[in-house]
Order: sequence, then structure tokens, then C-alpha cells
Amino acid sequence: MISRRDFLQVSMAASALYGASGFGNWARLAAQQALTQDDLLKFDTFGNVSLIHITDIHAQLKPIYFREPEINLGVGAAKGQMPHVTGADFRKAYGIEDGSPSAYALTYNDFSALAQTYGRVGGMDRVATVVNAIRAERPDALLLDGGDTWHGSYTCHHTQGQDVVNVMNALKPDAMTFHWEFTLGSDRVNEIVEGLPFAALGQNIFDAEWDEPAELFKPYKFFERGGVKVAVIGQAFPYMPIANPGWMFPEYSFGIRDENMQAMVDEVRAAGAELVVCLSHNGFDVDKKMASKVKGIDVILSGHTHDALPEPVQVEQTFIIASGSNSKFVSRVDLDVRDGKMMGIRHKLIPIFADVITPDATITQLIDEQRAPYKAELEEVIGTTDTLLYRRGNFNGSWDDLICDALINEREADIAMSPGVRWGPSILPGQEITREDIWNVTSMSYGKAYRSEMTGEFIHTILEDVADNLFNPDPYYQQGGDMVRIGGMGYRIDITKPQGDRITEMTLLKTGEAIDPAKTYVVAGWASVNEATEGPQIWDVVESHIKKQGTIKLDPNNSVTVVGA
Amino acid sequence: MKFTRREALALGLGATAVAMLPMRAAAAADEAIAAFTGGADAGEGGITLTAPEIAENGNTVPVSVDAPGAVSILLLATGNPTPGVAQFNFGEAAGSQAASTRMRLAGTQDVVAIAKMADGSFVKATSTVKVTIGGCGG
Repeated sequence: MISRRDFLQVSMAASALYGASGFGNWARLAAQQALTQDDLLKFDTFGNVSLIHITDIHAQLKPIYFREPEINLGVGAAKGQMPHVTGADFRKAYGIEDGSPSAYALTYNDFSALAQTYGRVGGMDRVATVVNAIRAERPDALLLDGGDTWHGSYTCHHTQGQDVVNVMNALKPDAMTFHWEFTLGSDRVNEIVEGLPFAALGQNIFDAEWDEPAELFKPYKFFERGGVKVAVIGQAFPYMPIANPGWMFPEYSFGIRDENMQAMVDEVRAAGAELVVCLSHNGFDVDKKMASKVKGIDVILSGHTHDALPEPVQVEQTFIIASGSNSKFVSRVDLDVRDGKMMGIRHKLIPIFADVITPDATITQLIDEQRAPYKAELEEVIGTTDTLLYRRGNFNGSWDDLICDALINEREADIAMSPGVRWGPSILPGQEITREDIWNVTSMSYGKAYRSEMTGEFIHTILEDVADNLFNPDPYYQQGGDMVRIGGMGYRIDITKPQGDRITEMTLLKTGEAIDPAKTYVVAGWASVNEATEGPQIWDVVESHIKKQGTIKLDPNNSVTVVGA
Repeated sequence: MKFTRREALALGLGATAVAMLPMRAAAAADEAIAAFTGGADAGEGGITLTAPEIAENGNTVPVSVDAPGAVSILLLATGNPTPGVAQFNFGEAAGSQAASTRMRLAGTQDVVAIAKMADGSFVKATSTVKVTIGGCGG
């Protein structure tokens, strides 16, 4: 039915972009001349239905730098499988040349140097250009937003998501599902959703009191496209009240609810759906498992775990598409649907190279209007960095090393904890750090930096608990974030062990002593899911620290020893 | 802040309690199962147990069970100090043999449902429900 050749063609289309001949400004000019918008958008329109997928933009309206992870370990059946492949192995798997635009977009190596060559990525005005170009070829293409849209920046926080809502509405999506949106609080989410000019979907968004489907969010929506009856079923992030503060949206319950997903697939099929698309915020491994359990989904547009894959992953008769994060990528999926069946698929993960793709002037203006009232605050330079600041990685990233340093110094703590979230752009060595940059990696509605006493035993319990959210071999028990980042303390983790046995050799770095289970330590952290957390906002803590440092210079973090990878 | 003491300790105790619970509790659950089945083996299939993979709130976890043709269904939280959650008995006039309730879970554990069928045989379904501190999202 679907030949391997289709994928080869697809992966070649993505990787056959011109390689760079070197680094620096000359090479950058050469790269920009060689790499054209037409190359990035080139696609032989196929079949009769087109899907455009964007997900996890985290309110990044302007172009940014974004380094993909070096360490992204899979456990159990996922070990060594996509998306748990990084760096040279990833490039080898997809035939991507070292130093090429795809290498820069999809892997972490030589990031600072390649960033000089290829420049920033993303920007919703560039995304708009890509969306418009696809619509020019296929006017009735479906634009589907996987969620984590109304969260993650200074302006998003101050407008309670309105800036992103305004910009996204101008792009005219057809449907959306949700995760961090709910951290705006249920009143605000309800208010925005009630006014949305497109479908707000989530078959797993339930009323917490009655455990019945929530009225405001529909499980699915039918679209007639290219003569095909398309059903789009929404799947919101399943673990919202666990991974985020449930007290902010107490009326809602979530969960994977794959038995209800099957019921919805059966329902839309019975109602004549010829193509069933799941717009998911499950995370990639959860989507893989769901695809193996629920029968009848043709395509899952996967979000949450921020993976960017240049080819679909096939699980039985379902194709899973991963479209990255932070407005860095858009996926185009063309489908051939005939006689009520999907007969073929063609896919391209389009990297949004900001210097190559012409911004859509209307959207640029709209974005600038959202930012105008906050311009001075956004642009204020707080310091500079000599070290590449990035977030992604299972155990640490330099942004969180810096945040943990800030917590220890500003809050006079022994140990610091920073949540293992995967959003937040990167800052290159030599770049200035503005207030906006700090907010891009810290902004949230529960950002207060607590200072608290914890026993060694309790710190161990927290680490074990979070590690199981990441390394439980059953994807349905994973929440899709990374390990809580620890400052001031080292540890050893064996990812193959069960909960309770993974974390050993906890050491207080400032003294070199082993952590005593019975002893009490001062711990500073942020993003507690508990109500009434007290303390200064994390962005103020980080700003104050960076101001005092002037120039940020971080040593490599070797405090976590990983076993069983 | 609130997290500091009471809640942190409560969570800590909950989590460490799990580590020591299974042995004792599992024995209590085994006894309850034996009392229900009279020691007969329980087969697979014919019973659907629906519970969340990860509890949103360990104090009130929704659970439902469906076993067409059952005369009685026993529901157990094997890791609770008192494993018994409920026993549902269905009369001849019952339109369906399904029930839903909420239970409190002391920590991550297996929830078990056993149905006694009209012919006196037993079927069983098990589901692991994780109770977690949480706090980190993508």
C-alpha cells in the first residue's frame, strides 16, 4: 500500500538541502543564497487531502535559536528507537550530512557554529508564509494546532495568552488540542475557548465531578476535504492535573482514556469517516502505544515531547508525525484517500529557517502590535553569556544550570530544583540576555521560587518519583517531561531499575559529602504544583542573579552519572 | 510555603509507605480473593476494569468494572491497608453487570476486580494505578 520509496523521497527532500561549506559570516551568506524558500517548501502535491501540523510553539512568535537534545533516552521497547536517537546516530538514520541545514535543525552537534551559519529558526510570520504556500497548492488544507500554544513568553503571560490567540487566529487553524493552556486557569481557558473561531478538541477532557465528557471541548470534528470525509479527534495532554497544578482547573479531568478513543474512532467510522486523524498531545511514546491499542486511526499528529522527525513512524496501520516545538517546524502531510481508505502518504518536516523564509508582512505587523506595549521591558539587556544556553536533555541543560545557580545564590540554598520542562529557546555564546530571553525559559502562572527544608530521604523520594515519570518502561505511565534538574547535588541514576532503586550516590557538591537521609537540607525550587506556594517569581530571581554576574560563564555539568543507557 | 512541611511530609510518608506496604497488604488481598473464590482459579477475559494509569488525585480515583453475565464482582485495592473497596451483587433482573465508584489509594498499586459468573467460574482483571508527586511537564 505505502511504499518505502515514498519515505525515502520524503527524507531526501528534507536532507538534500545544500550543505554548508564552512562556518562564519561568509558561509552564512553562502548558505542563505544556496538555501531558498522554494527548496524548503518544495513538495509534489499528492493525493487529495493535506494536513498542516504545528505544535508546542510555547508562545514563540518571533524567530529564536533552538538546540535539540544530546541526551533523550528511551527505555523498554523504546530503547534506541525514534525519537530516542540523537546526534550522529540521528543523522545516520536519516542520511543527513554533517554541517547541513538539516543537521543544524535536527541535531545538537556544533550548534553554536552552525547557528552562526544558518541563523534563527521559527517565527509565526514565517510559519504563516509556509501555511499560505501550502494553501496556495491545496486551498482546503487542514491546519491543526497540537497545543502548548498559549504559554511561554513575557507577552503571553502579561496578556494571559491573548497575544498568541490573536496571532494564531489570523493563521486560521481548523482545530486545536491543549496542555499548558489550562495553566491560565479554567476561567480564562473557558473564556478563550468560547470565543475561538475553530474547533477546541479533546476526547479525554472530562468533567471532574461527574467523569463525563466536558461540554466545552468536543471529542472530534468532521471536515469535508478534497471530497473526503475527514474526522479529526483531539487528545489533550493526559496528565494535566498531575504534571501541572490541578487546583488551577479543578473542574477538569483528563487521562489517556484509550477505550474512549476507540469508541470515538468507531463512532466517526460508523458516521462515514474515510480518514481518521488524531491531533494529539500525548507525547511520542504514548502515541506509539495508543496506536498499537486503538484500531482505525490513520494518522496521529503527535505533540508534547517536542520531537522533530523527518519521517513518519508507522505502528501497524497508523502513521505518527512529530513536528518539533517553539515554531521551529511545520509538518505537511499529503494523503491519498480513496474508497474510504488511506492509500498513500507523503510527508515533509519543514524547518522554518527564519533568514530564508520571507515573513508574511501582515502577521509580522500583528506580532509587533502584540509586543508594542511591552517593547522596552522585553528588550532590556540583563547580561551577556559566554556559554551556550539551552534547555533540552534528559538530566540537565545549561539554562537550568544557570537557573539552579540563581536559586542557590539568591535564595541561600544547599540544593536547587528546576522542573524538567522541554520548552525554552537557546542563547548563543556572545549573545546578550534580554528580559524576554529569561521569560522565554521561565514564564508560567505558578513560577514562585520556594525555599524549603527537605530531608535527604524526601529529596530521594522526589528524584525517584520524577525518574519513574520519565523511565517507566510502560509509556502510559510516563508524563513526557525530563528529569528534575538538580543544582548543588550530584547523583547516579540507573534508568533500567524500578522506582525506588534508580537513584543512588546522592552527594552534596559543596562539601563532597553523601546526602544523609535523616538530615535536613535547604532546597530552593520553582514551579511547585502546590497551591499557595510562596516566594519571589523565578524570573526575578534569575534576572537578579544574571545582573550580578554580568557575563555568564558556566562549567560543564558532570554531576549526574547515568547508567543503563 | 505550604509545600515545605505538612504536604511534603505527607507525600514523603505516602511514598515511603508504599515501599513497605505490598508484602502485608498483598497477603490481605490474597485472603480476600480466596474468601471470594473459595480458592478457585480465576480466568482472563470477560471482565473489563477501567482505571486511570496515573491517579489525578489518590484520594478519589474513579474506577469502573464491567463483567457481562456476572452475579457478583469483588473490587480490591491490593496495596491499601484494608484492600476491600466494594463487592457488587447483581440480581437476575439486572440490566447489565457493571458498576462505577471511586476509591482512595495509599500509593502506587494494583487494583484487582474478580467476577463470579453464573456458572460459578471466576474471571479477573488487574490494573496498575500510579500515585505520584508529579510536578514536571513538557
